[in-house]
Amino acid sequence: MTVERPGPLLELRGISKRFGAVQALTDVRFEVRPSEVVALVGDNGAGKSTLIKVVSGIFAADSGTILWQGAETVLHGPADAVALGISTVYQDLALADNLDVVANLFLGREVGSGGGVLATLDEISMEQRSISVLRRLSVKIPSVRTVIAALSGGQRQAVAAARSVLWENKVVLLDEPTAALGVGQTHEVLELVRRLRDDGRGVVLISHNLEDVFAVADRITVLRLGRYVGTYDAKTVTREQLVSYMTGAMPGTAEVPLPAIAAQPT
Amino acid sequence: MSTMADDPRVLADRPGLIGTLATYRSRIARGDIGQLPVLIGLLVIWLVFYAASGGTFFSPFNLVNLALQMAAVGTIAVGVVFVLLLGEIDLTVGIVSGLCAGVMAVLNVKMGLPGPVAVGAAVVSGTAIGLVQGLWITRFRIPSFVVTLAGLIGWQGALLYVLGSTGTINLRDPFITSLAGTFFTGWVAAALGVAFVGYLVGTSYLVRSRRLTAGLGAESMSTLAVRSVVIAAFVAGGILALGQDRGVPLSLAFLVGLVVLMDHVAKRTRFGRMVFAVGGSREAARRAGIPVSAVRVAVFALASTCAAWGGVLAASRLLAVNQSAGSGDVLLNAIAAAVIGGTSLFGGRGTVWAALLGILVIQSISNGMDLLSLDSSVKFMITGAVLLVAVTIDAIARRGREVAGA
Repeated sequence: MTVERPGPLLELRGISKRFGAVQALTDVRFEVRPSEVVALVGDNGAGKSTLIKVVSGIFAADSGTILWQGAETVLHGPADAVALGISTVYQDLALADNLDVVANLFLGREVGSGGGVLATLDEISMEQRSISVLRRLSVKIPSVRTVIAALSGGQRQAVAAARSVLWENKVVLLDEPTAALGVGQTHEVLELVRRLRDDGRGVVLISHNLEDVFAVADRITVLRLGRYVGTYDAKTVTREQLVSYMTGAMPGTAEVPLPAIAAQPT
Repeated sequence: MSTMADDPRVLADRPGLIGTLATYRSRIARGDIGQLPVLIGLLVIWLVFYAASGGTFFSPFNLVNLALQMAAVGTIAVGVVFVLLLGEIDLTVGIVSGLCAGVMAVLNVKMGLPGPVAVGAAVVSGTAIGLVQGLWITRFRIPSFVVTLAGLIGWQGALLYVLGSTGTINLRDPFITSLAGTFFTGWVAAALGVAFVGYLVGTSYLVRSRRLTAGLGAESMSTLAVRSVVIAAFVAGGILALGQDRGVPLSLAFLVGLVVLMDHVAKRTRFGRMVFAVGGSREAARRAGIPVSAVRVAVFALASTCAAWGGVLAASRLLAVNQSAGSGDVLLNAIAAAVIGGTSLFGGRGTVWAALLGILVIQSISNGMDLLSLDSSVKFMITGAVLLVAVTIDAIARRGREVAGA
C-alpha cells in the first residue's frame, strides 16, 4: 500500500561551514517533514548549534544547498528564515521578562490600528488570539496578562513555542528546550512538542537528553564532529546504538529510510 | 485530539471586585507595586506640612505657586521616564533645558525674532541635541552615562557661549512670558478639568465595555466607579482651590496634557511597546525584529525635546535666562521625580504618571520646607532621603519579583 507522504518542508544537502581553522560542519544533510519530530543529537562539538544557526539564517553555509518545500533557497539573515516560516526557540528564550504573555507573543508584530509606530495597539484582539493559541497547545498559565518574570521555566518555554504557532511557522526549531527544567516541566514541554507535531508542524528538537529524544522523536539525526552520521527511526534504533553512533564507537551505517518511502513501490 | 480542548486555566483575570483585589495582591507579591507607596508618601508629606505650616500649605496662593514650580521640572521628568524605561540615563536634561532656554532668549531678545519662532527654535535645538547624543551612544556603543556626562559639561559651555558677555538675558516678549503667566479660571478651568477627568474615566469605561463585549475579563464596575470618583474629587478640589487665587496655570495644563499624551504613547502604541521591550530585554527585542538602535535614538531625542520645553517654561516663569539656567538641582530633581514616582532605574518598568507624581512629591517637600523657612541644607538632605527610600522600595520590589519569578 502506498502511503501519501508530503515532501520535506526543509531539506539541507551537503552543508559545510568553516570558522577559521575549525571545520564545524562537513557535508551535512538533514530534513524535516510536516507532522514529524526530528531530533538532532550529538556530543558536544558535534555541530548541532552551528547547524541550527545555519537553518535560522544566523550563519551562511560555505557550501551546500537549503531547500524549502522543495525549492532551493538562500537565507541572507534571520529575517529570511522567519519570512519562510522557520522559527527558532532559543535556549535562552528571548522573551522580555517585564512584559506580559500577550505582549511577548506579539512582540515585534503587534496588532494595531495602523502600521505606524504610533498606531494604537489592539489589545483585545491580541489577547483573544493569545488565549486561543495557548488553549490549542493546552499551555497552563495563570493568565495571559501575567508578566513573563512570574512564570516557571516550562511555562516560558511554552510561551516561546506558542509564538511560533501563532505566527503559523511551519518549522519550529527547539534548542535544548528541557535543559534547565525539572521533571514535571520537562514532561509539559515534551507534551507541547507532540502537540506542535499533531498541529502539522515540522519540529526539530536539539537535545542532549536521549530520554527526551526517545520520548517524542519520530526520527533521530546523529552528528559527530561536524559530520553526518545517519538518520534513524526512533522506534527501531536502541539507546546503545545511538550512543555508539554519537561517540563514534560504531560507524553510522545502519541508516533507516523513511518508513513511508520504504512502503512505496519502486 | 482531545488535548486540544479548552483549558479553563488559561483565562483572563477573575471578574469582580474579588478578582481585582486578587490580581493586585499577586502583583504586589511579585514586586509590581505600582503607584501605591508614592501616593501614601505624598499624603503623609502633605499632612505633615499642612500641620506644620498651620494650614498655609494648602492655601490657594501656595497651591498656585506649587503648580508653577512643578511645571518645568515635571516636563523634563516626562522625558527622563522614557530614558529610564530603556534602562539608560541622560545626565544632560538639566543643562539642555538651560541651553535651549538660552537659545530662545538670544533669538528673541538679541536677534529680534518673534516669540513663537524663538520657542520653536529652542524646542528643535533640543530635539537635535538628543538625536546627536542618541546616535553617538548607539553608533559607537558607548554607555549613555558617559556620553551624557560629556554632554553635561559640553552643553554647559555652549550655554555660556550662547549667552555671551551679557550673562543674563531678561525676557519681555508677551508670547514667551504668557507661557507661565497665563491662568485659567471659571468656565475655562472647569472645562479643562472635565476634559481631563472625562478622558481618564472615559477611556477606562470604554476599555472595560470593549473587553466585556469581547468576552474577556475586565475591571469590576465598583473598582472603576471608586477610582473615577476619587480622581474627579481630587481634580475638582484642585481646580476650585487654584481658582480662589490666580487660577489653573497654563504651564500646569501643558504638563498634565503632556503626561496624558505620553502615557498613551508608552502604554498603547507600538512605539511604547518597543521601548518597554528594549528596556526589559534588549536581546529579545532584537530577535523579535524591533529596531533597537532607532528606538534608543528616538527616546534620547524625546528626552531632550521635553527638556527644551521644560527650559522654555522655566525661563518664562523666571522672566530671564542666566548662566546658571538648568544647572543646580534641575537634573537631579527630574531624575528623582521619575524614580520616586515609581520608574525603575533598571529599565522596563514604570509609567509616565511617575513624572507627575514624583515632581508633586519633590516640589511639595521643597515648597513645604520653604514655608517653614527651613535651611536649604535640610531641604537637600530630606529630598535625598526620600529619593533613597523610593529607590530602596524599588530594589526590594525587584528582589521580590526575582523570587516570584524563580
